[in-house]
Amino acid sequence: MILPALLPWVALAFVLALLFNAWRLLRGPGLPDRILALDTLYINALALLVVLGLMQGTKLFFEVAMLIGLLGFVGTVVLSKYLLHGDIVE
Amino acid sequence: MSGAGDLVLTLPLWAELLAAALLVVGAGFALVGSWALAKWRDPLRRLHGPSKATTLGVGCVLIASAGAFAVLGQPSLHEFLISLFLFITAPVSAHLVVKALLKLDPRLRPPAAPAPTDAASSFAGAGNATPH
Repeated sequence: MILPALLPWVALAFVLALLFNAWRLLRGPGLPDRILALDTLYINALALLVVLGLMQGTKLFFEVAMLIGLLGFVGTVVLSKYLLHGDIVE
Repeated sequence: MSGAGDLVLTLPLWAELLAAALLVVGAGFALVGSWALAKWRDPLRRLHGPSKATTLGVGCVLIASAGAFAVLGQPSLHEFLISLFLFITAPVSAHLVVKALLKLDPRLRPPAAPAPTDAASSFAGAGNATPH
């Protein structure tokens, strides 16, 4: 009884976290802040998918969650390396 | 939602309470981490939230989900793999963002430690201590 009543609130908490990250993505002065906000968006979306999988009682979403985690990390690393080794400031 | 909660309703009470506690703690940590990312004005302070709090929160949610499905008799390796991957990679992402920040704005670097003036006052003895 507890879990089906609790899970929508957990999902709402993660939606709020996603909104905070989107705010930082739009606002963040400079690229590294936006990269960090994007990476945190990936992670919170992963968690939201896991919660949705629990709500629906299926394990289908974990594949998608793993894909998001992997590709999000790769994207963050690539963007950061581009900032480090490229010529952005000029 | 026709299939909603069918599987979850058949959890024993102890498993349900444990999963509920882990989910609440995890959601709280993730919310605080994202709030910290949105709130602070200093770029180096903004890193605390995502690298530590969000990783821990999402790890808790994944452990709750893995435990719930394992108790129901459908253990899946995926959640453990995802949480292990997150624990390894999210701090690495934050570290790379710090490197990018420090390259773009070298004023953010902490000042170098002053050189030890005395042989007895350095940690490794005379001639070995070099400030980074």
